Amino acid sequence: MDELERAIVNRLQGGFPLCARPFAAAARELGADEATLIATLQGMLDAGTLTRFGPMYDAERLGGAFTLCAMSVPAADFERVAALVNAHPEVAHNYERAHRLNMWFVLATASRAQIAPVIAAIEAETGCTVLDLPRDQEYFVELRLPA
Amino acid sequence: MNALDERIVRATQAGLPLTAEPWLAVAAAVGISQEELFARLEAMLADGRLRRIGAVPNHYALGYTANAMSVWDVADEAVDALGAEVGALPFVSHCYRRPRRLPQWPYNLFAMVHGRSRAETGAHIAAIGELLAPALRAGDVLYSTRILKKTGLRLA
Repeated sequence: MDELERAIVNRLQGGFPLCARPFAAAARELGADEATLIATLQGMLDAGTLTRFGPMYDAERLGGAFTLCAMSVPAADFERVAALVNAHPEVAHNYERAHRLNMWFVLATASRAQIAPVIAAIEAETGCTVLDLPRDQEYFVELRLPA
Repeated sequence: MNALDERIVRATQAGLPLTAEPWLAVAAAVGISQEELFARLEAMLADGRLRRIGAVPNHYALGYTANAMSVWDVADEAVDALGAEVGALPFVSHCYRRPRRLPQWPYNLFAMVHGRSRAETGAHIAAIGELLAPALRAGDVLYSTRILKKTGLRLA
């Protein structure tokens, strides 16, 4: 990772300006020029160092309902259950975790009322009980993992 | 959310065009002036619907491969004050209070912790444990071993 890439990760995770030439303005802050910054960002997106460049919205505050779900899935049945769970479009992400509760997924629906039917369908299809763990409170985070 | 804000979210949630005047391109796509676009984005920043605008790094590509969900059983009367302190730690990306589901699940505080090795992540988790110690009854750590699905949270 070169110096500009490092500066982008460390100093450009927020604050991208709302102005006519924002890359030029951001580049000045980072000691680069507009064309170099744009080319470097494109390179980082192509390489997968950045997943995205732009506004990061709070999906929950935009509206809709979310919950974190956990299941304890027998090892022999894990792949079948994963395929059944992932087939639901309401499943936004799904992780295998090293724990008795070994499958953790997030459900995202337009309204709270739509969460329970999806959970019921997953339980019926998989034969596994779903623990429904909606967030009661979010604590402010300011993630700044240094590059 | 009003229809205009929704159009702005849809036009930008996958990323900005990497051109000299990206906001002008977004405004044109949405059918409003650049000034109106700035006013709507500023309003969304102010009320928290928009967290920030900038680079979204891939933690794995940066070498942060030891990602753990740490979970804690913290006394109810102390969890909000301590949760705010945990959320402020630099290696914590998400911190939430969630309901206990007894007897299967006794934990009410969740903190996602990132490190470049399990040793580094383990040290971070130990630091959280010390911070919570006065109100802590139990804790556990769940490392992710595989991503089974990741589509992100987007307006469909």
